[in-house]
Amino acid sequence: MEVRPELKYTEEHEWILISGTEVTLGITDFAQNKLGDIVFVELPEEGTIIDADETVGNIESVKAVSEIFCPIGGEILSVNKDLEEEPDLVNSAPYDEGWMIKLKIDPADLELAKLMTHKEYQTFCAED
Amino acid sequence: MRRGLDQLRYFPNDSRSNQEMLDKIGVSQASDLFSAIPESLRLQGGLKIVEPKSEYALLKELKAKAADYPADLPSFLGAGAYRRFIPSAISALVSRAEFLTAYTPYQPEVSQGTLQAMFEFQSLLCELTGMEVANASMYEAGSAAAEAVMMAKRVNPKPNKVLLSAGLHPEYAETIKTYLSFGDYQIVTIPLLSSGQTDLELLEKELDQNALCSVLQVVNFYGVIEDQAAHGALLAKSKALNIAVLPEMTSLGLIQTPGQHGADIFVGEGQSLGLPLSYGGPYLGVFGCKKEYMRKMPGRLSGLSEDSRGNRAFCLTLSTREQHIRREKATSNICSNQALCALWVTIYLSLLGKEGLKDLARINMSKTRYALEQIRSQTKLKPRYTGRVYNEFCLELPCNATLWIDKLLHEGLMAGVDLARFGQTEGGILISVTELNSKAEIDLLVSKLGEL
Amino acid sequence: MNPGKAGLVFHEPLLFELGGQNKRGVELPEMDLPIISDEELLGGNLRQSPNLPELSEPEVVRHFTRLSQWNYSLDGGFYPLGSCTMKYNPKMAEVAANLDGFAQAHPYAPHGSNQGLKRLLFELQNDLAEISGMDTVCLHPAAGSHGELLGLMLIRAYHNHRGDSARTQILIPDSAHGTNPSSASICHLDAITLPSGPDGLIDLNTLDQMMNEKIAGIMITNPNTCGLFEERIKEVCDLVHARGGLVYLDGANMNAMVGVTRPGDFGADVLHFNTHKTFATPHGGGGPGAGPVGVKAILEPFLPKPVLVERNGKVEWNNDRPRSIGKVRSFYGNVGVLIRAWTYIRSLGPKGLRQMTLNAVTNANYLKALLEDHFEVPFKQHRAMHEVLLTDKRQKENHVSTLDLAKGLIEAGYHPPTIYFPLVVEGAMLIEPTETESKETLDQFAQTLIELGKKGHDELAALPKTAAVGRVDEVLANRKPILRWEA
Repeated sequence: MEVRPELKYTEEHEWILISGTEVTLGITDFAQNKLGDIVFVELPEEGTIIDADETVGNIESVKAVSEIFCPIGGEILSVNKDLEEEPDLVNSAPYDEGWMIKLKIDPADLELAKLMTHKEYQTFCAED
Repeated sequence: MRRGLDQLRYFPNDSRSNQEMLDKIGVSQASDLFSAIPESLRLQGGLKIVEPKSEYALLKELKAKAADYPADLPSFLGAGAYRRFIPSAISALVSRAEFLTAYTPYQPEVSQGTLQAMFEFQSLLCELTGMEVANASMYEAGSAAAEAVMMAKRVNPKPNKVLLSAGLHPEYAETIKTYLSFGDYQIVTIPLLSSGQTDLELLEKELDQNALCSVLQVVNFYGVIEDQAAHGALLAKSKALNIAVLPEMTSLGLIQTPGQHGADIFVGEGQSLGLPLSYGGPYLGVFGCKKEYMRKMPGRLSGLSEDSRGNRAFCLTLSTREQHIRREKATSNICSNQALCALWVTIYLSLLGKEGLKDLARINMSKTRYALEQIRSQTKLKPRYTGRVYNEFCLELPCNATLWIDKLLHEGLMAGVDLARFGQTEGGILISVTELNSKAEIDLLVSKLGEL
Repeated sequence: MNPGKAGLVFHEPLLFELGGQNKRGVELPEMDLPIISDEELLGGNLRQSPNLPELSEPEVVRHFTRLSQWNYSLDGGFYPLGSCTMKYNPKMAEVAANLDGFAQAHPYAPHGSNQGLKRLLFELQNDLAEISGMDTVCLHPAAGSHGELLGLMLIRAYHNHRGDSARTQILIPDSAHGTNPSSASICHLDAITLPSGPDGLIDLNTLDQMMNEKIAGIMITNPNTCGLFEERIKEVCDLVHARGGLVYLDGANMNAMVGVTRPGDFGADVLHFNTHKTFATPHGGGGPGAGPVGVKAILEPFLPKPVLVERNGKVEWNNDRPRSIGKVRSFYGNVGVLIRAWTYIRSLGPKGLRQMTLNAVTNANYLKALLEDHFEVPFKQHRAMHEVLLTDKRQKENHVSTLDLAKGLIEAGYHPPTIYFPLVVEGAMLIEPTETESKETLDQFAQTLIELGKKGHDELAALPKTAAVGRVDEVLANRKPILRWEA
């Protein structure tokens, strides 16, 4: 199960990459493995303002639906349109081509967000 | 000769087999297996229902009950349930055990018959209605219309004004209102013009930011053919969804499709495509929509795929919309649909074919024209509305229609549907003329109307 | 694809691929009037011809006959599907529903023209009320989930009428069927999950903590979806009632109770029946069924219109119902299905119905006795009722899952049981034999399942091999949905 040291993680198995006021979000390798073959990803519209810990979308496999949570509030800058035709990118490249949303945040909000380091996330998954 | 409980023909295990099973389980009698049910809750004295009858006696009783209905009388009843010629091949096929007693096709490897027939149904209905996607059926058109409005709300969560044409079948309108009564909706009814068509000027005034959808019955309750093109043009300029409803679907042999006039969602009554009248059910809700809304649509869908050997195979798909997975966020709660009725309609359309359906529509319209001409020339009566009709029209009688219909029943004719049933004027009557009404029957009806 | 090669199962193309032009399979009734031209009829607003197939009657009959041969069906084999009650469908019921006076009855026929059928429906209402211990029954709903929806609407109407608009939530056990929360959602009731106790039943302490004045009521399945009778059901209902709520009973599992106990007696205020389960109406590949709803007198005023009543010895429709919620469908109900249910009830009678229940519960417990040494049985301390719940826990040690066992059963010629439901246990297999299966069938089925349970993953993953199709790629069907034929 892959984790990347430069990312932060949530208990709902999302990862985020922080670049100043921009954050990229996706789901982890652990999550894509548990969901199985992903058939559809429902993402919000660009420009939507979201609150911390809100559901921003859904991921569907054949037999299950999972919500995508965002640990931090902000404005959706862009969503990964490739996932419309190729939802399997989430399975094959969850940290790269399988990214889901990019949003604009206020860096001060990061302090309040519930985030784990990659080591804390690995421990968390081992307990699951 | 009393039947022992041992000899009930539906239960294969006699008392000896039952005892062997009870021994293996480790109890002495079957009632011991109910130990989890407190004594105080056990039924005392048995169910108070009538003693059973043999098959012979029960069929006799059923035939006597069925004989009450004058099935052979000439009939002009319509109003959402249409008398159709039903080819015999359909019941021969539908009564096959492999169709009749099969379960829902959740295990595709053993249900390809049902799944392929469902896919064919979906395809045929798309061709017929001009819609891009059709599901494998809803219960009937009333609840399907309510589900269509709820689907519009999923597509556009903010607006809450629902525009219903006054030409919508009163029972569909009532069902929509009941379903919506638990949420926060405003329902506005758009009246009809003297032509019988919906007043599109008034509709346009209501198409503001808060309009969620407009529900138009394409061949409406009074048989009048609505102006789909004009309605579609209005809706295209608005964010409101265009919902087309059509109980008499044989009209689609001739009239233009809701799909080509911009319907976002289509609701139809499959009964008109060859299902027995059966006193109101089981019928068949037809439901279709534009491809862009596919994932918000309720109901089962059969999809094309492959099996592990590379052969074409079908399976239920997009199930994550449905209740067994999405639960409270599901697009509907629907579980059982009307699969066998959908199969019935699939076979009906296959037998009729492209030209057969067109001929059927021509026959219905031509006979209805004849009836109207005869009424104009032979009676003092006039249709309530002036617009072009398909196979049904509304007359205003100079007397109580309910009593007149009853009188005619005793004279050997089921003359029409009294509109007093729907809280309307006591003189209103709906008369439907289909391929089953001969010239002689129509002439007879006209002569009776001529006496008024 | 070459037809006529493998055994007697043919690969059958789609209707549209059968070719054919200028053919039809129907001769319409005589047209004894002139056909008016399309121009005159519609004035130039004709549609483009619909692309429907053009086939003769023998071609259509062959096509659908071949399709039927790909289906497993109840008349052909055992369906041990938990919560589905796949019991034998009496053929007499087909004859009954197809009698001309029933099949041709128009719903708006003149008043007084079909007293016989109205009387039959009235008798069915009364029989179902007696079976369930309720005060009256509504036959309108077209399916179980439709009945659920109606039941919840009635509960909302009741509270609204009392002026108690705060009750916007409903308690639903975590083991509930998916239709429960989705029905709640349609009525704008928030589904609050009630966690099951460690013994698989509703925990009174948990209920005590959660039941308050915001809660309209509780939806209960009894026996529950694990096949266990809720022993404390009376206390559960009493508690809910004491705090102003109502009790909805999901009647899917009535086959464990008919003639033995009655929901109305243990506290249900409203319930639905599934005629295609308990009362043997055919499943038809997914319907039509019917979901009649029984209610106690407090909910009667809100029932949908019209209501069947008896006046001066005649059965009539009554539309004068000022507090009715309106309608949940057009017309009166799935009458063709209801006639079959009436026939079933009247074939068995009171003792036969009770025997049905006894035999159903005996068969399920017998299967449990045969299987419990080979499969994990959760909640073993409780008696199973009409169905038995197993899991794949032991087989998982060999990397064999419930899905593998299901596909193995298909290979062996059985329809699998209900799998991965209820969600409260992992790898669930819910098995309901019903009373119409013989001991011999149960012995063979148990033997087959036990042998499958001993196999390894690799052997099972390749199955089914001899079914008409191999495992179907459901991922592909969902990623690229193709829902209609296109040229």
